[in-house]
Amino acid sequence: MELREKLEILADAAKYDASCASSGTEKRDSREGGLGSTEGMGICHAYAPDGRCISLLKVLLTNACVFDCAYCINRASSNVRRARFSVREIVELTLDFYRRNYIEGLFLSSGIIRSPDYTMEQLVRVARELRETHGFKGYIHLKTIPDADPALLAEAGRHADRLSINVELPQPASLKALAPEKDAGQIRVAMAGLRTRIDEAKEARAEASVTRVALAGGRRAAAPRFAPAGQSTQMIVGADASTDATILDVSSNLYGSYRLKRVYFSAYSPIPDAAAALPPAAPPLVREHRLYQADWLLRFYGFTAPEVMAGGEGGMLDLEVDPKLAWALKHRAAFPVDVNRADREMLLRVPGLGAKTVDRIIAARRVRSFRMADLARLRVSLRKVAPFITALDHHPRGGLLDRADLRTLVLPRDGLAERNAILPAGLLARPVQLPLFAHV
Amino acid sequence: MYSLRLAAPDDFDGWREAARGLVMAGIPPEEVDWLVEGDPVPLFGGGAPPAPPADALQPRAPRDFPELARLVCRHRDPARFTLLHGLLHRLQRERGLLDDAADPAVARANAMARAVRRDAHKMHAFLRFREVRVEDGAPAAPLPPPSPIAVPNDPAPARNARSVALALRDLGRLEEAGEAEPLPEAPPVIAPAPDSRFVAWFEPEHHILRAEAGFFVRRFAMLRWSILTPELSAHWDGQEVAFGPGARRADAPAEDAAEGLWRAYFASIFNPARLKPDAMRAEMPKKYWRNLPEAQDIPRLMAEAPKRVAEMVARGATPPAERRQRTVHLPAHLRAPQPEAPAGVEAVMPADLLTETLDFPEAQAALRRDLLARNDLPPWVANATQPVMGEGPQHPLLMFIGEQPGDEEDLKGQPFVGPAGRLWNKALEEAGVSRGEAYVTNAVKHFKFTPTGKRRLHQSPDAGDITFYRPFLLREIGFVQPRLIVTLGATALRAVSGRAMPVTKLRGSLLRDPEGRPFYPTVHPSYLLRLPDPASKAREYDRFVEDLGQAAATARGLP
Repeated sequence: MELREKLEILADAAKYDASCASSGTEKRDSREGGLGSTEGMGICHAYAPDGRCISLLKVLLTNACVFDCAYCINRASSNVRRARFSVREIVELTLDFYRRNYIEGLFLSSGIIRSPDYTMEQLVRVARELRETHGFKGYIHLKTIPDADPALLAEAGRHADRLSINVELPQPASLKALAPEKDAGQIRVAMAGLRTRIDEAKEARAEASVTRVALAGGRRAAAPRFAPAGQSTQMIVGADASTDATILDVSSNLYGSYRLKRVYFSAYSPIPDAAAALPPAAPPLVREHRLYQADWLLRFYGFTAPEVMAGGEGGMLDLEVDPKLAWALKHRAAFPVDVNRADREMLLRVPGLGAKTVDRIIAARRVRSFRMADLARLRVSLRKVAPFITALDHHPRGGLLDRADLRTLVLPRDGLAERNAILPAGLLARPVQLPLFAHV
Repeated sequence: MYSLRLAAPDDFDGWREAARGLVMAGIPPEEVDWLVEGDPVPLFGGGAPPAPPADALQPRAPRDFPELARLVCRHRDPARFTLLHGLLHRLQRERGLLDDAADPAVARANAMARAVRRDAHKMHAFLRFREVRVEDGAPAAPLPPPSPIAVPNDPAPARNARSVALALRDLGRLEEAGEAEPLPEAPPVIAPAPDSRFVAWFEPEHHILRAEAGFFVRRFAMLRWSILTPELSAHWDGQEVAFGPGARRADAPAEDAAEGLWRAYFASIFNPARLKPDAMRAEMPKKYWRNLPEAQDIPRLMAEAPKRVAEMVARGATPPAERRQRTVHLPAHLRAPQPEAPAGVEAVMPADLLTETLDFPEAQAALRRDLLARNDLPPWVANATQPVMGEGPQHPLLMFIGEQPGDEEDLKGQPFVGPAGRLWNKALEEAGVSRGEAYVTNAVKHFKFTPTGKRRLHQSPDAGDITFYRPFLLREIGFVQPRLIVTLGATALRAVSGRAMPVTKLRGSLLRDPEGRPFYPTVHPSYLLRLPDPASKAREYDRFVEDLGQAAATARGLP
């Protein structure tokens, strides 16, 4: 099979994994040899027409797989064409693409062949070749096979910047039904194991740097390296009956328990060779988008899960408006908020004010009383915030907040555009431009 | 009117030097014309500004101003130097000016800095190198010879001619038989030759090339490269960056051998079912497309997408492959769906029966299995990682029963490895009990917690939780067969005795459980950790060690 054909099959097989981040790792460069650099910021080298960032060469080692997961194009019973890269082919592709500045590095995953250990060993071998034979300093993200031998995981962590294990579905019962060979409990144990190793490596490095300072000029203590960009996971949305409330509950639990850098939501997308258990349907993109927004509010805006869900019905988020606006519409008594006096927590609740803008307002309030024109200079959409705030020269028209049709007044003007220009791609795509992503 | 001439359009140092003099001399921004080397001399141009008075104060600026000014200087707006001069002027009186992002001049400078940063970021992202062979001129930084690449040398099963033929037809199919060892391959497609140079054509919006060359040096230090832009070019030969005059698009190579593969990748990684062209254009505006080899495929990919999706949906589910991937080499537990364990297994089995029929490790494993098989676990268990079972020898001197696993125990799957466990360990040693004489477990086998963002806050198990896990604990006690049980804290006391009892009143006394087995209650080590003042902490710790010593002595005296 031609290399190009393999690349087409194995990139196509990898595209359902949403992650492509290349940020948050240690700084390194190639001035003393090798190839490549990482400077903390992720870089998206291209965008596909699906709005997703292309940062890494994201491919499978092979799409042959003995597991039979109904949602997966590569499942054992699928009729898809199978291909397999050799270690050498992936290494060459990565280097060739990297030299031309097409990519930040490699995101390598694989179908399970022979055994978990064999598969993991192959993945690790690619990373080892890149790092040790070619001095590759770019970003490496390896998919981790939950059952694999701890020694293989240790080596994976030594070479990779990020490791990930996908929880796949929000609930163990759905996983059992759709991915019979996968074990939700084992996936959690593996994530816990990664967290422990990542924490230990981080602590050892911190200690080593303290020692270095203490011994100023002394020998640099070698701290074990383990996935400095942490771990992430992915959950498929819409392949089972889980509600948004369940999904958000599971994701915040995963963040808290295993210190994940990201939990990706991936709308279940039709695949060319669908299983009878999951017939093809349009992916729930808006739902995926709302989940990301809600997740954001939970993690960075001080919202609690019940508050986020209060905007929707029956455990599902409101699809028509974003969860912050939905919350505001249901809590009108909390508004209008005085931009010149309100505390940070309350400003963060105003639809249309982001965290960065709120910090700027608070800094500027020391020397200025805000008028609407001042807000406009901070690039705030006045139309969006107007009903919910007061400023020196602005008091919402009497009763605006009491109007039954407020919802229609604040709905995005072009609902369709909102639906198409959906943010999650942007969010995924621009890790570095949002301050919230600084640690991602 | 005065005129000042800077050496280059991004000459921050020149601007700073000049602006300091202007501020010291008290010359306002509107009286200065800023020119850049190469600009035509204005008809009514003024002369050089006067030197500042000798006793003028050095201008002051907050720490973040130079960084802002450095970025703004790279903007293509001709008014940038005047804007910055104005800010420096005002900063002498308005110390907090830069914090006021709503000030028109600050807002404008911030916007310009943002534009320059974005331009730089897009340059890092969208610049594409093409490889050319430079015939003359030896490489300044010779590349290390390409290292031999190890070929996989797993013990591959012997292949017969038929299997090789099959492999050639379809590698994936062969995987079924577990012998799809990659076949020997052609030599590397494209490796940089020693006389290679990587050349890029890029059209930045602002004057950023000089500032951003360092990024490409750090990344591609071992390659030789050139970046051509309309106003400036940069050349790296392994030692330092040389800047030359601007270039034309035609000066850069028109193609590269790797572009075919890259375009194939771009087309394949795109999911037609998620078409969101606006999101793509927001991040990769059309103006960049003409210099991106992959962008020429975008219109076709977009046009074909709806049809591809319609076809997928119309086709519906397909019947499973006739020859599905086989699981020959997979460990037994992964081979087939695991059989449903019977739900609600009777947990309380006669302890003596178990100890007679099962050996100790098997009894432990069975306990874990039976616990996992329950379909009536408390709902909070879904948030825990794993059940944490007991550890230690059979027939120990002491069997310690704690409350429930904590954060670290939950992650590692072992009891008493967290802070309280470490304290217990230390106390145990001081009490003269070796770990080989102790078995340790918990009354509740899963970690119950309240998720609060990044931390998991321990939540005490309630009566219902204790009741649920009690049969498992009793069964465990049954096969561990300790000389003496030590309950740590109220939960364990309740689980063993079967009712709520006060720990502080009963600690240190020898009691009997409903089955008549002796047990000895004391406090939980986490109680010691929670004590606020060091004095009571030390006192209570000593008492705890005393309790453990007492328990060991009691146990040794028991039959």
